[in-house]
Amino acid sequence: MTTITFIHPDKSSQTVDAADGDSLMLAALTHGVDGIVAECGGNAVCATCHVYVDDAWAAKLDPVSDDEDALLDGTAAERLPNSRLSCQVKVQPSLAGLVVRIPDKQS
Amino acid sequence: MNPTGLSGAAVAPAIPHLAIDPFSYAFFDDPYPAHQEMREAGPVVYLDQWNVYGVARYAEVYAVFNDPLTFCSSRGVGLSDFAKEKPWRPPSLILEADPPAHTRTRAVLSKVLSPAVMKRLRDGFMASAEAKVDELLARGSFDAIPDLAEAYPLSVFPDALGLKPEGRDHLIPYASLVFNAFGPPNELRQQAIERSAPHQAYVTEQCQRDNLAPGGFGACIHAFSDSGEITPAEAPLLVRSLLSAGLDTTVYGIGAAVYCLARFPDQWARLRADPSLARNAFEEAVRFESPVQTFFRTTTRDVELGGIVIPEGEKVLMFLGAANRDPRRWEQPDAYDVARKVSGHVGFGSGIHMCVGQLVARLEGEAVLTALARKVGSITMSGAPKRRYNNTLRGLESLPVTFTPA
Repeated sequence: MTTITFIHPDKSSQTVDAADGDSLMLAALTHGVDGIVAECGGNAVCATCHVYVDDAWAAKLDPVSDDEDALLDGTAAERLPNSRLSCQVKVQPSLAGLVVRIPDKQS
Repeated sequence: MNPTGLSGAAVAPAIPHLAIDPFSYAFFDDPYPAHQEMREAGPVVYLDQWNVYGVARYAEVYAVFNDPLTFCSSRGVGLSDFAKEKPWRPPSLILEADPPAHTRTRAVLSKVLSPAVMKRLRDGFMASAEAKVDELLARGSFDAIPDLAEAYPLSVFPDALGLKPEGRDHLIPYASLVFNAFGPPNELRQQAIERSAPHQAYVTEQCQRDNLAPGGFGACIHAFSDSGEITPAEAPLLVRSLLSAGLDTTVYGIGAAVYCLARFPDQWARLRADPSLARNAFEEAVRFESPVQTFFRTTTRDVELGGIVIPEGEKVLMFLGAANRDPRRWEQPDAYDVARKVSGHVGFGSGIHMCVGQLVARLEGEAVLTALARKVGSITMSGAPKRRYNNTLRGLESLPVTFTPA
């Protein structure tokens, strides 16, 4: 289990104990974190599981693949340098304490 | 002798043999008792009518979708095994292909139909839906299948593709043929193929580069042959995939959503109160009705699934509609709930072959349901709905309704 904190657009936050090996998207869905829609269920098609990774963590994640990069160009909320698709980020012990912000819209 | 049957873990459980014909008119009229029978019989069943394995629980449908090297598509995603039988048309380069060949063609269609492309189409699709709903409100009573579920996609998709105005009436019959042809050699499939020649001729011609307007999906696909991602010979067949799978499926999806909203007034009231639920209400209709009911895969090796060993070279039929109502996965699976967290349903498939046009479908569905929620006060059925029969697609032929303004 790895502790992850999701911050909603209204600044409220939820901290969950996510299962290692799951995607960040699945951790959010499993723990009832709203705002991560994941229309395609994690198949890297839809760009509706967009999150902003806290700057302190952005460099510690696996790099953005070409496919993820193309999808991020289609996010509903503004793409920022720290934008990621949460279905492409794997929960692992090295991410303990990770903080991500959820954008105000996904579609 | 071992009267308890507990002779040890080495004894494989017997596979349940069922007499269900999932391609019969009786099944199409009401598939739900048979879905339940298959789910409860076991994780894998054997359907004696067509000599195929079947999976109807969510977990096994998901597992088959997500192991494409074991459960392959290149031997056809219908009953016909391309290793043993000549396909009725040249195989699709994406639907009926496996990695690594599939990876390259899939990447091209993913780019042509990406979220960034949808952003550019969004305003136009929304405006067309508003105009269509205004026109239907002025009429009051009409048939929601031809006049809305077919008319709206026909007003946006062929233009987005870049098709000529002439001959578009071949599009729905061609798609109907494609989806009937995935079924067994029954009346529906045989009749569809017997009548296929003019539709095939139209589609083959329209897939050529010269017939596709600049800026459309079709021209974008051909442009990838200039940069070498695909060959000039492959481009028309990839355009054909959009003509096969891009129109009729959304007709059935929109038809399903309108049928749900007409049947469940409490859910219609929730959508009217909060039109931002439109996109989810469409998605839930895709789960609830599962317009694409089934797809086959073929095993490339002996494989154990749910404790059953399936030999190499066998056809496995996935029941998407049954998985989408599996109580092991869904709470109150038989309820249409516009606010359900519906992520993970397999109505668009799952894994590497998951519908590459799903963003177009969602955009169309969201546009129609948003316009309905904003403009329409009540939707009432003014006649008995009539089912349309297809070996793969589930939907209606006719849905007489009356709209009143908000």
